[in-house]
Amino acid sequence: MYGRWVLTALLVWPLIAGAVVLLLPGRLAKYVALAASLVEFALSVPLWWTFVPAGGMQFMVDRTWIAAWGIHFTVGVDGISLFLVLLTTFLMPLSILGSWSYITKREGGFYALLLVLTTGMIGVFVALDLFLFYVMWEVMLIPMYFIIGVWGGDNRLYAAIKFFIYTFFGSLLMLVAIIVLYLHAARVTGIYSFSYAHLLAQAPLLGSTAWWLFGAFFLAFAIKVPLFPLHTWLPDAHVEAPTAGSVILAGILLKMGTYGFLRFALPFFPAVALSQTVQLVIVALSLIGIIYGGLVAMVQPDFKKLIAYSSVAHLGFVMLGIWALTLQSVQGALLIMINHGISTGALFFLVGMIYERRHSRLIEAYGGIARVVPLFAAILTIVSLSSIALPGTNGFVGEFLVLLGSFRTYPIATALATTGVIVAAAYLLTALQRVIYNPLTDHANEKLTDLTPRELLVLVPLLVCILWVGIYPKPFLRRMEPSARQLIEQVRPGATQGQPVAGGQP
Amino acid sequence: MRLDPSIYGDLLLSLLPELVLTGWALVLLLFVAWRHQTVRDLRITGWLTLLALLSTAVATWWLWWHHAGVQGLAAMVAADDFRWVADWIFLGAAALTVLISFSYLEREQLLAPEYYVLLVFGTLGMMVMAAGADLMVIFLGLELMSVAVYVLAGFDRRRARSAEAALKYFLLGAFASGFLLYGIALIYGATGTTNIGLIGAQVAFMGQPSVMLLAGLALLIVGFAFKVAAVPFHTWAPDVYDGAPTPVTAFMATGVKAAAFAALFRVLIAGFAGVAAWHDIVWWLAVITMIGGNLFALAQRSLKRMLAYSSIAHAGYLLVAVTAGGAAGMSAFIVYVIAYTLMSLGAFAVLSAKGRAGESDVLIDDLAGLAARRPWLAFALAICMLSLLGFPGTAGFIGKWYILIAATSAGQNTLAAILVLTSVVSAGYYLPVIMAMYMKPEPIEAAHVDVRLDRWGRAAVVAVVAGLLLFGVWPNRLFDLARSAGESVQPAATTTTTGQ
Repeated sequence: MYGRWVLTALLVWPLIAGAVVLLLPGRLAKYVALAASLVEFALSVPLWWTFVPAGGMQFMVDRTWIAAWGIHFTVGVDGISLFLVLLTTFLMPLSILGSWSYITKREGGFYALLLVLTTGMIGVFVALDLFLFYVMWEVMLIPMYFIIGVWGGDNRLYAAIKFFIYTFFGSLLMLVAIIVLYLHAARVTGIYSFSYAHLLAQAPLLGSTAWWLFGAFFLAFAIKVPLFPLHTWLPDAHVEAPTAGSVILAGILLKMGTYGFLRFALPFFPAVALSQTVQLVIVALSLIGIIYGGLVAMVQPDFKKLIAYSSVAHLGFVMLGIWALTLQSVQGALLIMINHGISTGALFFLVGMIYERRHSRLIEAYGGIARVVPLFAAILTIVSLSSIALPGTNGFVGEFLVLLGSFRTYPIATALATTGVIVAAAYLLTALQRVIYNPLTDHANEKLTDLTPRELLVLVPLLVCILWVGIYPKPFLRRMEPSARQLIEQVRPGATQGQPVAGGQP
Repeated sequence: MRLDPSIYGDLLLSLLPELVLTGWALVLLLFVAWRHQTVRDLRITGWLTLLALLSTAVATWWLWWHHAGVQGLAAMVAADDFRWVADWIFLGAAALTVLISFSYLEREQLLAPEYYVLLVFGTLGMMVMAAGADLMVIFLGLELMSVAVYVLAGFDRRRARSAEAALKYFLLGAFASGFLLYGIALIYGATGTTNIGLIGAQVAFMGQPSVMLLAGLALLIVGFAFKVAAVPFHTWAPDVYDGAPTPVTAFMATGVKAAAFAALFRVLIAGFAGVAAWHDIVWWLAVITMIGGNLFALAQRSLKRMLAYSSIAHAGYLLVAVTAGGAAGMSAFIVYVIAYTLMSLGAFAVLSAKGRAGESDVLIDDLAGLAARRPWLAFALAICMLSLLGFPGTAGFIGKWYILIAATSAGQNTLAAILVLTSVVSAGYYLPVIMAMYMKPEPIEAAHVDVRLDRWGRAAVVAVVAGLLLFGVWPNRLFDLARSAGESVQPAATTTTTGQ
């Protein structure tokens, strides 16, 4: 019963709540928005238990939408999208709570946009109709554009339009690719349908067109990830966005790119994706992302920009894991996608909190504040260590699995990627030292206040997740495993035979 | 219901909507001859015009409901779904124009009710164009429409820019009509007829088209390209659109353009399906119009000029539908033109609210902070901009998607790719409007105090926004209509074989 309405409810509820919030006065808006996002989270939590760890889609809903083109409202989740949906519903209440005092103007609009954004993001992860997927992919663009453009920092207009045009550019080419795919499938079978399964079944017969289509999908997703030369929108958008915007951008929006590769680009065009050239290009770009992202992060004077570049590096690991296509590496990649949402989200929250107090994001503006704000310092340390991938934290599990799994496919590349872990330690620990240790020189920092209970309420759930995934990741891995296996079998038949399983059935 | 044009009654019946509107036009002409002094006369004329448009729409609906069709190949007028749907588009565009004209005319002190009469004659011309199954009928319609719109463009005769617009439009329009007529003459020379159906049959019979026919076709396309403002025949458009009174600009950018496209479609699909050459011509026209229109628009700072160039860009998208051809292309054209008419009229309506008496230029930056003062107006303009951009959830997206499907299924993948890439460019000029309204502060206190629409203008904007959102999310009915319209115009070659 629950399975039949839950996904629809998850998509519709934020829209209704958003419309209500828009019409409320500012003070009231955030309370209602918080309540609405908590309801959304509560609605999604039973997914965790009712999800059966098996391949294939679950909680499917299928309704005709635009009959003339065979467009359906088809949604469903599997082990790949389940956690991304849960991550979204989990981060939304925290983002709203985290913006409590940060957003002071036009509050109604801000929280309404956050709720609309929720629908768009969940829609992208659950859509099983390519038209619906495309619509959702674009729909989340507008709220984010407004969030950056209206409530962002000084350079917000530039960042907002850059973010919009980059994403729009990639997605429109994907649109053409979707249509070509749709017409191809219709020509072969005579059935006009945008259904994921239908298109997936017909995609192998594309021939050389597959190269063009893969290119279009690749561009759309690679911009979103972002892969190395296409990443330049990311530092601008992350830095200018308000805290909640940065958290959602890093935590969820970036995952749409890697999710797109897993769900569409790889299974649709396995022959192209696994050709020598494409493998070489993608692995090389991921490696450049890992190392270049880390090195650039090292020299950033702005803490927020540092975190932004660290995202480029983390997502490089995800891409490497996906393309290595072993069970461990894909599971590891999925886990990093979640971990990055949690850890980087927490880092952005922390930077936002200290920014509210001092109105500076520059690392050099701080120093020695561990004595003034011990709680803040302790949490920042834990979160940074998790981002560095210290054993015992969530970051370690994901990166270790990716490196372990990828070594079988790309030994040299993996060896080089390992240096990325070291670089991560170098930039984050240095920054940590300069912010919270070192002597306290600036008197403005002496009067900083420590975290308030509300801020703790934002951070504690994230800390719990960091430790949970770090110490006992099995419940996560167990639910991912069948879907990951299915994906790999689809792309490279017979590849998972006899491969070691991470956290599989006991 | 089959109508036989050789029977007098049936001929009149097949012209029923045009006759109704003609009757109304004469009534209005008489009315304004006596009453043309006060604001009240102006208002009454406006209301009568709305009534005229409505009753014409009902007449059209009646024929549509009875599946009216014309018997035989050699009729002067066509009676098919394509004509009815096109008529509704023209009538709708005219009605929305009337709604936004009420307060505009009073504000600009243009107290001449002849304005509405000209609007009705222009609409009549468009309907004749969409109905014409003979090149001469189409030409008659085109002239009727153009002459009315020449006058409308210069309606604000005390303002130099308006007069300049009218003169420019007249000179270049007359020039274009010359091209068109010359093309018709050559086609007549090559085929011995001006009837589109018979031309189609001749062309199918001829096999290899003669040079005279190709030259005639080329001139014909040039003539239409002038009317729809396709690059490189667009140079008149920005100045004319900019100089004409804003509601007239809205009418020109939507109705006139839609009518020219409807006629072009019928000529090319029904008459020249057998000639492959026009595909190449229109392909190139589409490409340079999309690229040129979008790039020129990018450089504009005045909102009205930006919308003028953007309407050129949209003509390029419509040309993609023409290139795709066939029933799919026609259906795509219908859907897109409906969406475009709505969003374009909406944008011009908001612009006319912001423009002050005397029509000083409204720069895009002048909209800064509008969202804080006039949230609903800003919201409406934002929806129009997103729809023009082709953003999902709006009718503009559905239209663009339809054109893309039509183009791709006709094998025009390159054209589809160019369409989406130029759409990305268009984000560069549509988004700044939203950006100015929502993300920039008001330049001076009370910059937008006197920005307002009267109740009728508001009704028009509400209708536009509701239509854009409704068709963006639930286009099913629209598709049914567009599909039956698209399939109702068939290449003449097939009709002859089945008819004989």
